[in-house]
Amino acid sequence: MATVSKNTAKRPRSILPGFGLSLGFTVTYLGLVVLIPLTMVFVKTSGLGFAGIWKAVSTDRVLAAFRLTFGLSALAGAINCVCGFLVAWVLVRYRFPGRRFLDAVVDLPFAMPTAVAGIALTALYAPNGWFGQYLTPLGIKVAFAPLGILLALTFIGLPFVVRTIQPVLEDLEPAQEEAAASLGATRGQTFWRVVFPPLIPALITGSTLSFARAIGEYGSVVFIAGNMPGKTEIVPLLIITKLEQYDFAGATALAALMLVISFLLLLITNSLQRWSSRRHSK
Amino acid sequence: MKTPSRSVQDPLWAQTLLIGAAVSFLGLFLLVPLASIFVEAFRKGIAVYFSALTEDNARAAIVLTLTVAAIAVPFNALFGVAASWAIAKFQFKGKSLLLALIDLPFAVSPVVSGLVYVLLFGAKGVFGPWLKAHDIHIIFAVPGMVLATIFVTFPFVARELIPLMQAQGSDEEYAALSLGASGWQTFRRVTLPNIKWALFYGIILCNARAMGEFGAVSVVSGHIRGETNTLPLHVEVLYNEYNFAAAFACASMLSLLGLLTLCLKTLIEWRAGLRRHNH
Amino acid sequence: MISSRLFPQQWLLAAALTFAAVFSGCGKNSPNASSAPASRTLLNVSYDPTREFYSEYNKAFATHWHKQSGETVEIRQSHGGSGKQARSVIDGLPADVVTLALSLDIDEIAGRSKLLPADWANRLPNQSAPYTSTIVFLVRKGNPKAIKDWNDLGKPGIQVITPNPKTGGGARWNYLAAWAWAEQAFAKDETKIRAFMAQLIKNVPVWDSGARGATTTFVQREIGDVLLTWENEAFLALKEFGADKFEIVTPSISILAQPSVALLDENTRKKGNEAVATEYLAYLFSAEGQHLAARHFFRPVNPEHAAPEDMERFRPIQTVTIDGAFGGWAKAQQTHFADDGTFDRLKGN
Repeated sequence: MATVSKNTAKRPRSILPGFGLSLGFTVTYLGLVVLIPLTMVFVKTSGLGFAGIWKAVSTDRVLAAFRLTFGLSALAGAINCVCGFLVAWVLVRYRFPGRRFLDAVVDLPFAMPTAVAGIALTALYAPNGWFGQYLTPLGIKVAFAPLGILLALTFIGLPFVVRTIQPVLEDLEPAQEEAAASLGATRGQTFWRVVFPPLIPALITGSTLSFARAIGEYGSVVFIAGNMPGKTEIVPLLIITKLEQYDFAGATALAALMLVISFLLLLITNSLQRWSSRRHSK
Repeated sequence: MKTPSRSVQDPLWAQTLLIGAAVSFLGLFLLVPLASIFVEAFRKGIAVYFSALTEDNARAAIVLTLTVAAIAVPFNALFGVAASWAIAKFQFKGKSLLLALIDLPFAVSPVVSGLVYVLLFGAKGVFGPWLKAHDIHIIFAVPGMVLATIFVTFPFVARELIPLMQAQGSDEEYAALSLGASGWQTFRRVTLPNIKWALFYGIILCNARAMGEFGAVSVVSGHIRGETNTLPLHVEVLYNEYNFAAAFACASMLSLLGLLTLCLKTLIEWRAGLRRHNH
Repeated sequence: MISSRLFPQQWLLAAALTFAAVFSGCGKNSPNASSAPASRTLLNVSYDPTREFYSEYNKAFATHWHKQSGETVEIRQSHGGSGKQARSVIDGLPADVVTLALSLDIDEIAGRSKLLPADWANRLPNQSAPYTSTIVFLVRKGNPKAIKDWNDLGKPGIQVITPNPKTGGGARWNYLAAWAWAEQAFAKDETKIRAFMAQLIKNVPVWDSGARGATTTFVQREIGDVLLTWENEAFLALKEFGADKFEIVTPSISILAQPSVALLDENTRKKGNEAVATEYLAYLFSAEGQHLAARHFFRPVNPEHAAPEDMERFRPIQTVTIDGAFGGWAKAQQTHFADDGTFDRLKGN
């Protein structure tokens, strides 16, 4: 550790030590565990050549699956942004019986194996399920329809938003709010001007993660989707389909395209997040 | 936790409304599915429930699940602390890129995250012949399952810590350093207490997800009963044998493991609160 | 840019830490995985519908082997979709024997790895298929929609449950069985065959990814009027979910499904399991193996060994074979299930 702190003086931006060690470890670990394995996707895909890749990804079925997967994932991210914020706010700010229990339950979508979540949701929303039997007569089809996929994607992503906002919200100093209130601000003004801005980075992060997680989800969706071609077929299912035909290159081509798109989206939201956090924090 | 004073408390009607909305959302969305699992699990009685959990293959699956999580989670926790320190405390070029790369495993379909390790370490993979020559088993054995789990739960701790450390800024660390604390002391005495809840959340989430992971592990496990089946895979096996009660019993066990870690958190919070009172 | 700000010794330290961490994790656990068992273990990699059969057969075989050689053998099972299991074996799952749904999947193993010779099918009787099955219909009790034969499945208003043939090996038999009927019914008129198949496909409300998922959809979710499934799966469903709720309809013609078994020479040689693995497969054709197969609703290739009450359950049915009607699996796969095969084209409309 001594070597680390000795070097800190040379860096102008921050006097904090440990930059080299922490970043070095981060990048190395990232490289070994994530990047090197992921390059295999591109190595395998490159065997197809450009024409082959184009052929593999440009069919109507693939495009429909991409539209469905990304569209519903974005929608699920947005729903979680609102509902997750509400849940985090209530859990942190208010005291009511059963609060701790609800707090514990929020992690359920993580703890539950995705396949189990899929089965449980399908059982609930199938036409003969607890909810399905009331929804079906109203003409609302959840299981085996896009709505069911949206439900599953929202389900698996909810903890991301709640758990990213919660620590930040708990850490917020009441002093600022009190100051705003004593200066005559209404509760609404205090919320929008004082409380909300520092939460934006966490909110963006949480929603992005929820969105990102939804894109790749397979286990829970495959049960509830019904897998109708062109209607409720998600991209990961198409990847499985290719693998079943021993078409590894075709499968990795789809995976590579997914990877590139999600990476770009993550890059954009992260830049957005950094920009907003720079605007709102000192 | 800081309790807000009266002046910043929301009016009662607003509180009731918001609590009502949140509770009914969570209730319909999370509690009902959870309840349905327990209803299914106990459908054939308590005896079936417990025999499903104590049966040999289930026990082996539970042990394997805990082993895999026990190896994968500390690695990712260590990584999370290092990454958030580098990202939250320093300015450097390529930070957005690094952040996006850290998030990437979330966006990778579990199917693919298993597949990449097969492409690397499988018999036909890049290192396949070498591993075979040295009789090292990675795929279809514990190391492969650990790697897949690490991959899937990779960003959790880092993602939990980064927003918090960014919100906190570095003022307290600067103060400590200027008072003559070493870098390590600063981290241990100032930073760590500040981030401990977020770190704990992160580890809980990472752990829950590590134990519940299905897709990626399924690709690298080989599904050998009593040997390479984790609890989620065992659930699938039972479900496919039309043994629904046992399948849901094991599923409820996983949910309980998740809830247990949360109880632990509550307990620690409560004891920390007591200690603060005594001071 | 990042690296220029780092100092070499820090990089090295960080890298060393990471490597040590990751590889100590691997090293610690690899001995667990490499088998050094006290007793002999055999790994049978199989597909989904054989679970119940092999769990009983393995016990019988262990007793038999103990009597014959004095050795204790423990048989490990791995079950999953047939294609996925074949891929796992290709990628290094150390199976001694494979018992899969399609000979095509074993052909793929032979073609893509050197684990067994290409002529594996000739090493055991009946092209290495110790038991067969066929595709039948499972309908709700009383057959309310009066489904008698394949032509009923193409009628409007009938909901057919079958898994996706692109993700489940078993579902390909369903598709080909329907096709085989259509070929006879429409005297090989390709346009009519396709029209019928397109209508059948249109009647499928849910494409589950595997056979057992489809059964659950039909039985538990109560979706659909008819489930296309293997005969052994249909009988098992009756047994598990109640003969008072469902009944089996045998169509006029169906396909002969021949699940195949094979020994993986290289894996058994490595583990010194040649003798026990060879006997394991041979014993499937013995009186006891055949008896157990029949009890678990597979049609034995040597029916004389089966219990008469087990045989009574099988109704006579006219069947076509993959080789006879479709020119073998490789060709059927290419024509019907590859990307842009008939299934994709008919499904697209």
